Amino acid sequence: MLELTINGEKRSVDASPDTPLLWALRDVLGLTGTKFGCGIAQCGACTVHVDGKAVRSCVLPIGAVGERAVTTIEAIDGTSAGRKIQKAWLDLEVIQCGYCQSGQIMSATALLAATPSPSDADIDAAMSGNICRCGTYVRIREAIKQAAKAG
Amino acid sequence: MTEATSRRTFLQVTLASGAALLVGFHVPLAGAAPSKGGGAGAARFAPNGFIRIDREGAVTLIMPQVEMGQGVYTSIAMILAEELDAAWDRVRLEAAPPDQALYANPIFGIQVTGNSNSIRAFWTPLREAAASARAMLVQAAAQRWQVSPATCVTQQSEVRHPPSGRTLAYGALIAEATRMAPPKDPQLKSPQDFRLIGKPIKRLDTPEKVNGKAQFSIDVVPPGVKFATLAACPVFGGRLVKVGDQAARQVPGVRDVLSFDDFVAVVADTTWAAKQGIAALDITWDDAGNGVVDTATVSKQLRAASLRTGVTAQAVGDVDKALGTGERFDATYEVPLLAHAAMEPLSCTAHVTTDSCEIWVGSQVLGVAQEAAVKTTGLPAQKILFHNLYIGGGFGRRLDVDYVIKALRIAQRVSGPVKVTWTREEDMQHDVYRPTYVSRVAASLVDHRIVGWNYRVAGSSVIARFLPVAFKNGVDVDAVDCAVDLPYDIPNLRVEYVREEPLSVPTGFWRGVGPNNNVFVVESCIDELAARTGRDPYEFRHALLAGTPRLQAALELAAEKGDWGKSLPPRVGRGIAVQTAFKSYIATVTEVEVDEYGLVRVRRVVCAVDAGTAVNPDTIVAQIQGGMIFGLTAALYGRVTVQNGRVQQSNFNDYRIMRMNEAPQIEVHVIRNGEAPGGIGEAGTTAAAPALSNAVFAATGVRVRTLPIDPKLLAKRPTA
Repeated sequence: MLELTINGEKRSVDASPDTPLLWALRDVLGLTGTKFGCGIAQCGACTVHVDGKAVRSCVLPIGAVGERAVTTIEAIDGTSAGRKIQKAWLDLEVIQCGYCQSGQIMSATALLAATPSPSDADIDAAMSGNICRCGTYVRIREAIKQAAKAG
Repeated sequence: MTEATSRRTFLQVTLASGAALLVGFHVPLAGAAPSKGGGAGAARFAPNGFIRIDREGAVTLIMPQVEMGQGVYTSIAMILAEELDAAWDRVRLEAAPPDQALYANPIFGIQVTGNSNSIRAFWTPLREAAASARAMLVQAAAQRWQVSPATCVTQQSEVRHPPSGRTLAYGALIAEATRMAPPKDPQLKSPQDFRLIGKPIKRLDTPEKVNGKAQFSIDVVPPGVKFATLAACPVFGGRLVKVGDQAARQVPGVRDVLSFDDFVAVVADTTWAAKQGIAALDITWDDAGNGVVDTATVSKQLRAASLRTGVTAQAVGDVDKALGTGERFDATYEVPLLAHAAMEPLSCTAHVTTDSCEIWVGSQVLGVAQEAAVKTTGLPAQKILFHNLYIGGGFGRRLDVDYVIKALRIAQRVSGPVKVTWTREEDMQHDVYRPTYVSRVAASLVDHRIVGWNYRVAGSSVIARFLPVAFKNGVDVDAVDCAVDLPYDIPNLRVEYVREEPLSVPTGFWRGVGPNNNVFVVESCIDELAARTGRDPYEFRHALLAGTPRLQAALELAAEKGDWGKSLPPRVGRGIAVQTAFKSYIATVTEVEVDEYGLVRVRRVVCAVDAGTAVNPDTIVAQIQGGMIFGLTAALYGRVTVQNGRVQQSNFNDYRIMRMNEAPQIEVHVIRNGEAPGGIGEAGTTAAAPALSNAVFAATGVRVRTLPIDPKLLAKRPTA
């Protein structure tokens, strides 16, 4: 039994320490907003924040999380950057199927929190690890810029 | 024009002879939906399968088409709410249950979401269904007030009588409305009275997709659910010989190992444990003789087939005579197998007991899934409960139900519900792939005009497998879609289809379907012919499009907005292409830069889109933008290869997808008019490859006839 801090709460997780955080969130804790896409940190669908940094939860064993704070899409509206990103996503109608968007929003929120006025190069660097098969990249870029302008 | 002039006509003609299928679709106007009975005590007004109004006035709209990112829940709701005059901010949506008759797609005759035809197919039937319901509510109110229905108006889920200022909410009228006879010819709104249609309405499904609340089928967690994953024989068609499962059963969390004739599944406490269990298995497969198949043999087989005379799909004039005159042109094109690689890996959750079955899934063919469930479980349809959830990318993959059947077979051997999730590797290596097509084009030019055109496409027939009743006289209507009925003025032409099934490789519908190949080949060849004549590719097309003015207008707009003709630096080029795929008229100008190593960077894409009546204009823009990225991904990187009967790609590290840093600027200019709605979900994808490839030619002088584009052919100097 491991104890993790998830979305500000202490949660006990009954799974072996090598279990990736993704599967602990989804299959043990029922937090299914974080998505499985590839299992090898290639697509970004599973992105969560660990101490505010964007991390691929599909390759992070729960035994390695320790005391660090995990934030998932379900609680991202608790941060100012998260709320701005969510609003811009809806204002610009970024989303199509939506499956990758939890991960996109987590990556974009981490970017905005660290870099309040990101350049195109900053956006490329922060977002190129997140695949969107529906091809919403044009609007994701616009939405990040709009969220940044919201100040 | 000959019989097979269009896919739509063809399907209508063909399906009419298929006794099991419904044609001449009309929405059943009364009593079709299960109703709790009419009379004063009616709990709801449910005049057809698409609308339900309860006593509190809540309007529920039932979605006959599935939401997989194309915005169709919103567009369909807009159509229904428009003619019903329902209060938009209070409508509720509900996914249709499986019902092949009630929710049949009018073009296909079965319950299917595909071929970019949701709006085309349901536009008129849904308007009529909603207008009919509205008329019944008006009649009910008029009767209660003892006034003429003609003096009543509707708005915001209310009937109003302006002369007296009286108002009744729809919910207050359900009992009387249920007793009204549906009108024979429901009066449809005039387009200038539209309140919703044509406005950029915010999608209804997106708010719950920014906070993790939206449920995709992979997300359902019924109480007591177990988690499973599976391994099928890596060689297509192979069978299980034996499995050593001792090590797998030692993996913490693994509950069971289940063997089937064609796959092995591991059931566990988490998907991760199940995946570890699969990795620990020692499986012996029999490859059923298919271990010899590889990409080279498939290509060779298709190229050989393309030398055969095919079945004629369309013939105009005397093509053989025309090809004997003037300057002759010959070209052979080839496109590869492609995987769908939707972001949501295949998944299905099922709970099967001796006398019941509950299934949670995302399917583009719910009726087919139901039939498969009946067959697999042996239970009658009424004992099987389906939950059709959001789809995390369909692209045609979820038109097949193999993953539903596998989940049911596993669930039959598990006590309680079980969620079966495919690994990305399994999803990619056991897809139904976009077929390899080889296309041969022969043409002749006299005085800079095309006088003869022979187009032959050889490839697997997806239609013959998927909808056998539509495969008639040896022609796959999908494989020749957009090869027949060219928009160009060509006096003598023939289109042929050669069916050739590559050994063991399963093929399926893939976003853009047949037009993906045909628009690429036709528009590349038109470009080649323009170059032969020394004409500008825009001018050459423009002169041939006099008979298709909507496309000509789109071409003009794309050229203007895309800076056609303006000078560019070396190794930068613009390409242009047009299409009428899915009954939308689209012209595209794409600008690329090719570096010295032959790597292509797409700088800018400009599309002019005439999709007729735009239901939700922003959805048209979004679908073209996204479809374009999907098509550019395929044209630049997409290729599934087979070696020793096995797919070699396994995940996103070796099946490359376009990413943010590679995505171009995409501008979409929507041409608004009152024509019938055109399809839009796949049109951006089919538009991608031809304009891209033509731009590469403009930048480098190299003509790409095989996809994906091979940088080696474009390099100025060999790579190290």
